[in-house]
Amino acid sequence: MTTKRSPEPFAWLLFSSGGMAAAMLIPVLLLLFGIVFPLGWLSAPSHDRLAAVLTHPVTLLVLFGLCVLALFHWAHRFRYTLYDGLQLRKAAPVIAVLCYGGAAVGSVIAAFVLIRAL
Amino acid sequence: MSETDDKHAVPDMPDTTGTITMEVARFRPDRESEPSWDSYDVPLRKEWAVLDGLNHIKDQLDGTLSYRWSCRMGICGSCGMTVNGEPKLTCSTFLTDYAPGPVRVEPLANFPVIRDLVVDIEDFMAKLPTVKPWLVSGDEEPAEDSEYRQTPAEMDDYRRYSMCINCMLCYSACPVYALDPDFIGPAAIALAQRYNLDSRDEGNEDRRDVLASAEGVWACTFVGECSVACPKDVDPAGAIQRYKLTAATQAVKDLLLPRGAR
Ligand code: SF4
Ligand code: FES
Repeated sequence: MTTKRSPEPFAWLLFSSGGMAAAMLIPVLLLLFGIVFPLGWLSAPSHDRLAAVLTHPVTLLVLFGLCVLALFHWAHRFRYTLYDGLQLRKAAPVIAVLCYGGAAVGSVIAAFVLIRAL
Repeated sequence: MSETDDKHAVPDMPDTTGTITMEVARFRPDRESEPSWDSYDVPLRKEWAVLDGLNHIKDQLDGTLSYRWSCRMGICGSCGMTVNGEPKLTCSTFLTDYAPGPVRVEPLANFPVIRDLVVDIEDFMAKLPTVKPWLVSGDEEPAEDSEYRQTPAEMDDYRRYSMCINCMLCYSACPVYALDPDFIGPAAIALAQRYNLDSRDEGNEDRRDVLASAEGVWACTFVGECSVACPKDVDPAGAIQRYKLTAATQAVKDLLLPRGAR
């Protein structure tokens, strides 16, 4: 039985908080912008107001957090899908680097996009 | 059946609504190198479990059939087999639920087959003691007549996990165990949690190396099939998720805090 420290708990923490954040925030956003505003159940905020909210540093920080966590959630899930689903255990290290690396690159891009909105 | 029918029913000749075909996996390593199938027609009685069908086969039709069973009441955990593709306790799985049949009975998946429906459980038996599934207490021996008291709420913390009967249906259902036989597995982790969450136990730290290893909870990808298969509602998948949080919290503490403060 191996007892050496593995980074797995940290990957898992990112994974589960990503799942939680995505599950809590994304349905709300979809509900508001996909159903409630288009159907006029609530009056949609004006463009200026929305732009002001969106470019507020706190909003950007929240969105950045959501992007990073959701990306790492994806990376963890996809890594196991490749390992177990496609039976690629032998390539485990490469897959881990590609998945978490992909999430890291995605996070940098998200930061870039969000900073440009400032 | 109505009340009056019941009274007139002859005890030895219970309601028979025809027969059902049982297709049973056979493997006799002394004679064959590959498993094969044998078909038997057994009476379809409403109170007959799959195990009763197998007992009928063994007593009346083919005495060479080998399988394990003992209590016939879902307690001993020895009668687990694959019934129509799903891991089941054969003493608590009824033939009528599979009518008109056929019912396919195979040994539990993910274990080596010794003969017919009998599997080798050595792997599980070897893993189980590694999680110390017993009350670990500190150095101090309790006085002879002392009791360890527990409130009902404290008991509720682990009660569910204490219901495990070691039937191994969860191992049979687990796709991770199928791919990675070193995975310590659902029941062993649930049983470790049964003691970890017991207010009288002090073995958390002792169990941690095994549970928090790559072959412990971190091998689990939360498929959840173990909890579906469990006949005792133990919810091993929940036990594993809960320990993942414990282990992750501990890992963060290890990283951030100096030794003494953990
Ligand atoms: S957890 Fe459930 S399925 Fe697994 S061995 Fe225990 S009783 Fe059987
Ligand atoms: S015979 Fe004991 S659990 Fe089925």
